[in-house]
Amino acid sequence: MSDLTSLTIAEARDKLLGKEFSALELTDAYLSAIDRANEAINAYVVVTHDRAREMARASDDRIAGGTAGALEGIPLGIKDLFATHGVHTQAASHVLDGFQPRYESTVTANLWHDGAVMLGKLNMDEFAMGSSNETSYYGPVKSPWRRKGSNLDLVPGGSSGGSAAAVAARLCAGATATDTGGSIRQPAAFTGTVGIKPTYGRCSRWGIVAFASSLDQAGPIARDVRDAAIMLKSMASVDDRDTTSVNRPVPDYEAAIGRSVKGLKIGVPKEYRVEGMPDEIETLWQNGIAWLRDAGAEIVDVSLPHTMYALPAYYIVAPAEASSNLARYDGVRYGLRVPGRDVIDMYEKTRAAGFGREVKRRILIGTYVLSAGYYDAYYLKAQKVRTLIKRDFEQVFASGVDALLTPATPSAAFGIADQDMASDPVKMYLNDIFTVTVNMAGLPGIAVPGGLSQEGTPLGLQLIGRPFDEETLFAAAHVVEQAAGRFEPTPWW
Amino acid sequence: MSVDIDTVRRVARLARIAVTEAEAEAMQGELNAILGFVQQLDEVDVSGVEPMTSVTPMTMKKRQDKVTSGNIADDIVANSPATEDHFFMVPKVVE
Repeated sequence: MSDLTSLTIAEARDKLLGKEFSALELTDAYLSAIDRANEAINAYVVVTHDRAREMARASDDRIAGGTAGALEGIPLGIKDLFATHGVHTQAASHVLDGFQPRYESTVTANLWHDGAVMLGKLNMDEFAMGSSNETSYYGPVKSPWRRKGSNLDLVPGGSSGGSAAAVAARLCAGATATDTGGSIRQPAAFTGTVGIKPTYGRCSRWGIVAFASSLDQAGPIARDVRDAAIMLKSMASVDDRDTTSVNRPVPDYEAAIGRSVKGLKIGVPKEYRVEGMPDEIETLWQNGIAWLRDAGAEIVDVSLPHTMYALPAYYIVAPAEASSNLARYDGVRYGLRVPGRDVIDMYEKTRAAGFGREVKRRILIGTYVLSAGYYDAYYLKAQKVRTLIKRDFEQVFASGVDALLTPATPSAAFGIADQDMASDPVKMYLNDIFTVTVNMAGLPGIAVPGGLSQEGTPLGLQLIGRPFDEETLFAAAHVVEQAAGRFEPTPWW
Repeated sequence: MSVDIDTVRRVARLARIAVTEAEAEAMQGELNAILGFVQQLDEVDVSGVEPMTSVTPMTMKKRQDKVTSGNIADDIVANSPATEDHFFMVPKVVE
């Protein structure tokens, strides 16, 4: 039955309703695929075999009874950042050792309400801090992709590296992910999958382990644009328990697939042409421009003058918010506790043992920029720069531009334990140079495969939209997908 | 602006993270690399610019000041490393 894992969510949905196979058969096909592959790929930190089969049986009952939901019987992987009732939820950190919440995140509750099946929890960078999935307490995820003629293990990107790898390797039909600076779009680009970070406020953050609250958003990683639209429809909602979630109807995103882009104005921001960018990224970008133009869109050059300041501003705002959010891990209410001679000593030892190096680095940066005497020079300044970044986008949209097209990342995937990245934290941070602006401005952004590098690994394009206009992104991304085709790795595992 | 080793120790203390001498030294270099990177913001003229407080224009939602849940003490303490009678247990704080 292993070919069942080759179906997209849309295909599986139709065949389940047509009773061509059962939800239990579909779930078992995925569980077998995970059991065969996970030791090599390390995408899952926990596989919930029993829970998955139980949920699949319930789906079969609902399908038989004619009460199937929008995602009935669809097996999904869940990023370890989402609280799942009674199931391992550790943000891939040792500090949350043994944590099994007594509550369910709003996003996952929405998915279960629509009939989806949970296969397990997906690996990620610790507390979503990273761009390579190498900061996980559970070890790096290996990308299902390899360079032509090479056995070098590549990173799947991060922080949602487990989500992207599991989708690309057919270890789930789709996955939840989160994006604070590019953590959905960069791994999607590295693995030939589709990932959308919706507008800030579109998905409830309740029950998602907080990293940087003013930037964090949940979204899906899926095999194609249609599947991403189907998943986002179920994930999005207004929620009384997240005051930043927005009270506006969730559109039928799938209906936007196939919508014409004729007459749409697509902006191409010149500041995204950065020094040292490989030729193949420029080619990818030009291909994307040509595809949208051929489909009837009008291409216009635009300027977002504060683009280059988004990443440095992000590395003040995000660590500052993280240092505050992560203050709660003190060994008292949940997770790891390392005994100390007094309560302060216990806090310090617990946090020293529980947090990994990248997380400590960001907590220290955040603590420093918020400390007495530095707040104005760093945090306040960064929030002012953020206003300017957002204003750049507002001016472009006010001039009639409907969406922007950029590369998703400045390069294809790099190797695990890459020496350049390891020696300089800033080098790793530069991975997010094209994605982080979108979080700073709260806008929606989608990454869609646009081709392969010379080495045969995926490259992604990014489309950036107006607030709450995810539909235009799905329509335009579908045009790119139709032209570029879909890309799947050759199994080596 | 660059940080010295004493500042690293002080910040680690504020953040309640124990650091060894070797870790403090390594962190000093890394923090300075990051602070050097963010120093680019000095080039930006932000005079008269309001700091961002909300990325989407919205008025803060308010709810009735009412108790809407409770009686879940078992759930609250379920994941604690040390509890007794629905209390969290910590080392002695007051002598």
